[in-house]
Amino acid sequence: MSSSTPPTSARKTIGAVFRREFAGYFRTPLAYVFLAVFNAFAISLAFFVGYIYEAGVANLDRFFLYHPWLWAFLAPAAGARLWAEEHRQGTIELLLTWPVTVWQTALGKFLAGWAFLACALLITTPIAFTIGYLGDPDVGVIISGYIGSLLCAGACLGIATIASALTRSQVIAFVVGFLACFILVIVGYGVFDELLAGILSPGAIEEVRRLGLWRNLEPFTLGLIDLRPCAYFLTLSFAGLGLSTLIIERR
Amino acid sequence: MALIEAQNLRKSYGSIQAVRGISFQVDRGEVVGFLGPNGAGKSTTMKLLTGHLLPDSGSAKVGGFDITESPVAAKAHLGYSPEGAPAYGEMTVREFLQFAAELRGLSEPSVKVQNTLSLCRLTEVAQQTIETLSKGYRMRVGFAQAVIHDPEVLILDEPTDGLDPNQKFEVRRLLKEMAARKAVIVSTHLLEEIEELCTRVIIIAQGEVRCDESKEKFLQRGSDLNQVFRQLTA
Repeated sequence: MSSSTPPTSARKTIGAVFRREFAGYFRTPLAYVFLAVFNAFAISLAFFVGYIYEAGVANLDRFFLYHPWLWAFLAPAAGARLWAEEHRQGTIELLLTWPVTVWQTALGKFLAGWAFLACALLITTPIAFTIGYLGDPDVGVIISGYIGSLLCAGACLGIATIASALTRSQVIAFVVGFLACFILVIVGYGVFDELLAGILSPGAIEEVRRLGLWRNLEPFTLGLIDLRPCAYFLTLSFAGLGLSTLIIERR
Repeated sequence: MALIEAQNLRKSYGSIQAVRGISFQVDRGEVVGFLGPNGAGKSTTMKLLTGHLLPDSGSAKVGGFDITESPVAAKAHLGYSPEGAPAYGEMTVREFLQFAAELRGLSEPSVKVQNTLSLCRLTEVAQQTIETLSKGYRMRVGFAQAVIHDPEVLILDEPTDGLDPNQKFEVRRLLKEMAARKAVIVSTHLLEEIEELCTRVIIIAQGEVRCDESKEKFLQRGSDLNQVFRQLTA
């Protein structure tokens, strides 16, 4: 009797996929370019567009204000490869014929992408220390802002993984993911109000605006960790995970 | 008990019926050669057996487990190398096999990796990234991930495609070494491979089994196997 093996535990599978994917980011110089670009944009938007220094207030509102834009662009960039690359290399056929379930693989991939985005966010922390040096900010508010930004990143990554599951081209995955996230950014600024005015009541239009990323991130930057924005970001993350799993299973 | 059982498998892509009611069984010790023209449904049948695709109707069992109803248990008994032996090009051979061993939940994965590396004569390229390897080595890496857990069922889609004669010899040698303890399906275009490797022949054309018999019987059909093949697949 040959040694047919017992099925792998979910935790081990998720861990193995996580390690492979996370290490995968750093196999190419692209990861470092990504981290540098994120950091450069995050800091310069805060200083040169948000005038965080001139404002003379010891908080990071004007730093987090631009994070939905950054994540809308960079989460799809980081998430594009997660499934598209498996399709391109043909390795999807291995994953689907090894004794693991798709949701375990999907979760491992998602967590790896999220951890990579967390690294990008971590690199920006000197700005918090700078503000702490210059003034006397509320540390709790800063931490809650970082938590909000991380949840926002996860939501954008969830959307990006759906786009990635749909195609074998990383470029298409990126563009589709970016467009979807971009819509979620601008919807909060009332861009579609006139378009929707004839169809929806003013109350409903306000509800649509509440779907914007910044509208949900803002409470975090004020130090409020509310149920509603948390649920919003986590719903997008889980929807991304669930839908990409379904897409891969039903291919 | 048959280790591989296909029961009236059917699969369509849109309006094209790729597999139209294929049934057969493979027992331990058998090496079945899958022959057929391109587009005959060989690869689709393999994908249905391995759980990569779900059948429209019919069922497939691997090691006694239904691939649709208990996919994880069935896949644990299965080693499969898809056409072209896909692998993560950016990983080294050792990293890739380690990953395969971990996802399969093998005990002592490092030991299994080491044994498989030497079994498949990959030790000298273990630290090279897969994308830098020659085709012969890459096909062997695909073979290695399929046998790392010493499965009872081995399904290989064109494992010698594009290899030079020496490399072909090497892959066939490996297969012959382990075939007695397993149920094996190998798809191929090469009639010579049937003679050398297989114990049984299944010819598929237009999504149907056209011929399913022992190698000896198949070889008696005529001295010109190419002509036999053309007649059976016409």
